[in-house]
Amino acid sequence: MAHNEDDDYEYRIKEGDHIVLKRGDVYKAVQIQRKKKVIFEKQWILLDNVVGHLYGTTFEIASGGTLQPKEDKETGSSTDVKVAGTDNRNIVDDGKSQKLTRDDIETMKEQGLKNEEIIQQLIDNSSTFNNKTGYAQDKYIKKKKKKYENTVTVLKPTCRIIAMMYHGREPGKICHLRYDTLAQMLTLGNIHAGSKVLVFETCAGLVLGAIMERMGGYGSVIQMYPGGGPVRAGVECFGFPAHFHDMLHEFPICRVNALLASTLDTSAKDPTAEEKSLNAAAEQEQIQPEAEQQEGSPAEERMETNTGDDDGQDREKLEREKRQEAKAQERKVKLEEKRRKLAAAAALLEGRNADGLVIASQFHPCSVLLGLIKFLSPSRPFVVFSQFKETLIECYTKLKEQGGTVNLMITDTWLRHYQVLPDRTHPLLLMSGGGGYLLSGTTVATDHSEPAAEEPAPKRQKVKDSEG
Amino acid sequence: MSFIEYSDLIQDGDVAIVHLGHNSVTAVKVQHGAQTQTRFGVIRHSTDLISQRYGSKVTCSKGGWVHVLHPTPELWTVALPHRTQILYTTDIAMVTMMLELKPGSVVCESGTGSGSLSHAILRTIAPTGHLHTVEFHQQRAEKVVEEFKEHRVDHLVTVRNQDVCKDGFGVTGVADAIFLDIPSPWEAVGHAKAAMKKHGGRLCSFSPCIEQVQRTCQALTERGFEEVRTLEVLLRVHNVRPVTLQLPDFGPDPGCPSSSSQAVEEAPPAAAANPASLKIKTTTPPREMPGHTGYLTFATKPRT
Repeated sequence: MAHNEDDDYEYRIKEGDHIVLKRGDVYKAVQIQRKKKVIFEKQWILLDNVVGHLYGTTFEIASGGTLQPKEDKETGSSTDVKVAGTDNRNIVDDGKSQKLTRDDIETMKEQGLKNEEIIQQLIDNSSTFNNKTGYAQDKYIKKKKKKYENTVTVLKPTCRIIAMMYHGREPGKICHLRYDTLAQMLTLGNIHAGSKVLVFETCAGLVLGAIMERMGGYGSVIQMYPGGGPVRAGVECFGFPAHFHDMLHEFPICRVNALLASTLDTSAKDPTAEEKSLNAAAEQEQIQPEAEQQEGSPAEERMETNTGDDDGQDREKLEREKRQEAKAQERKVKLEEKRRKLAAAAALLEGRNADGLVIASQFHPCSVLLGLIKFLSPSRPFVVFSQFKETLIECYTKLKEQGGTVNLMITDTWLRHYQVLPDRTHPLLLMSGGGGYLLSGTTVATDHSEPAAEEPAPKRQKVKDSEG
Repeated sequence: MSFIEYSDLIQDGDVAIVHLGHNSVTAVKVQHGAQTQTRFGVIRHSTDLISQRYGSKVTCSKGGWVHVLHPTPELWTVALPHRTQILYTTDIAMVTMMLELKPGSVVCESGTGSGSLSHAILRTIAPTGHLHTVEFHQQRAEKVVEEFKEHRVDHLVTVRNQDVCKDGFGVTGVADAIFLDIPSPWEAVGHAKAAMKKHGGRLCSFSPCIEQVQRTCQALTERGFEEVRTLEVLLRVHNVRPVTLQLPDFGPDPGCPSSSSQAVEEAPPAAAANPASLKIKTTTPPREMPGHTGYLTFATKPRT
């Protein structure tokens, strides 16, 4: 095999890989497909050229959106600064300090000038630059560099990157779950290889993906999902190897009551919501191929070559019938597959011996938590995320009433980033206002005799003492 | 029992965590015939612990009861004997994610200290990863070896008793991630780089003082590390508490003709009782909280 000779095989970017594009603090997850254009930071780019390069390579965006590996050279050396002012007493903001106009800069860009050259031009044409202090000059150059930077770095996706990406780009899709809060959840939930973890999330699959990464393909994850089917767009971004999906199971939340009451039937046919949803999915699929036909899908083309022009109509009819039959068969197989999967997930849950529970959703967490905590073994951690503290207060109160948990805690984390530069170290001016709240705790064996009070009552002790 | 794998029943030789209530926990080595004193009385291991299920309620000799929990790195962090200042769960969680740890990762750590972070790392990189941990204090290094054995994670870790600033991590070109918690991390940056894989990896340095951070960041940049980021993360606890708040009585409002009918509609009968008050369930912050643990500096080592 080819990769035996290549030490770096596993670090090379391959077609079909899920990658993350990075520029500065902006990330975007995409899949590499030939001739597919993607938009990144308002620019169309073509990813074909990155295939075969190593992860971590920085590319320059050339005209037409093609990418070329950036040559290694010391950046920053081109803009040498000689003269500097001592303070800003002589700098007046009159809007006239820069002699170049927007159009001039655009022309330079069209002429294909490198961003360093453009920045040098900006400095040369700034009447105030030399009066700025050395620090202010650094800052100016840094700012302009960021603005005219035309590079993109290709990274291998990791939980850190994807969590930061979602938080930066689409926080609404992940219930405003900040990456450090996700980090707390994974740790407080003791997510590790070989355990059996229940997940209920409506964070686009980010939480599920993060858990799967931490389990490394060992153990089982059961995604409890609301509605017609599980949402896992975020899981795709992680680009897991195929065997990771073997540990992933799913179970519809609408069947939990049946499962708990041991009335869930996974063997017999029952025309329930599940089947309906499958039918609906099948119908949708029927619509889709038609749309594809117009574009001339490969399958269709192949069929056409087989069909003679004369008796085309008859054959077409026959073909259509065949196709319908095949579709019905396919649907049957799918249904069977779904039933098998449901049975497998049910079997995992039935023992009520799961090792962890993670909840992060838009649903009210209280009913979700009280419903799913029943599937945990005693002495196992659980963690619930909510954007709203009040919902967790309710969870806390209910759990205290019913007992069966210890170490209950509502927390959130405060996160601050710093600028670290010689003599200029300080917190960044902006910080996140909040990353959501967590309720965490540990299950314990339920005591049937009486509901739990956190501490034993001292008076009762003496009575029992005499018994022992 | 192992720190990387759950089991259902408590067995002879296990390390169990006794939960005494309100985040007060203590670790117990389970041994046939042994006894453990708690403030609720004696726990007799043979009868009270062995063959009981983890999570069980155990009634102590004085009649008080405790819960016996399966050990986790997080419980261990609360229960462990402090030989040094330790890293707590909030920072550990951040370190674990930002270092991109997962099963199979190879990690170098210094110093080992009391092993709080080490256990969390081991949990995350098991079953196929490895931790190389360096501690310059001989007794501490010996003690932590013993603990790793008791916690059944010793097959995943190598402890070296040496000075990381002088002698490095004892490995070259193997690590995916490095963690530094030493007084002068900038002196270890070169060794850290040497220990890391050729294709790159992540580094974290934990320092309580900003001057340390400044020197470390400078050293990292000089050595070609990228994406150097410093941050601080703090845990805020919200204690749930019911509170009753009084409502002021403004007296009858003759100016508003509809007020009487509205009052009947809106005000619940209880609120009309004198003195009027409102009961709510809310949270309060603790009076004091840890306001600083340390700055976490992360960096990426590019391919070299």
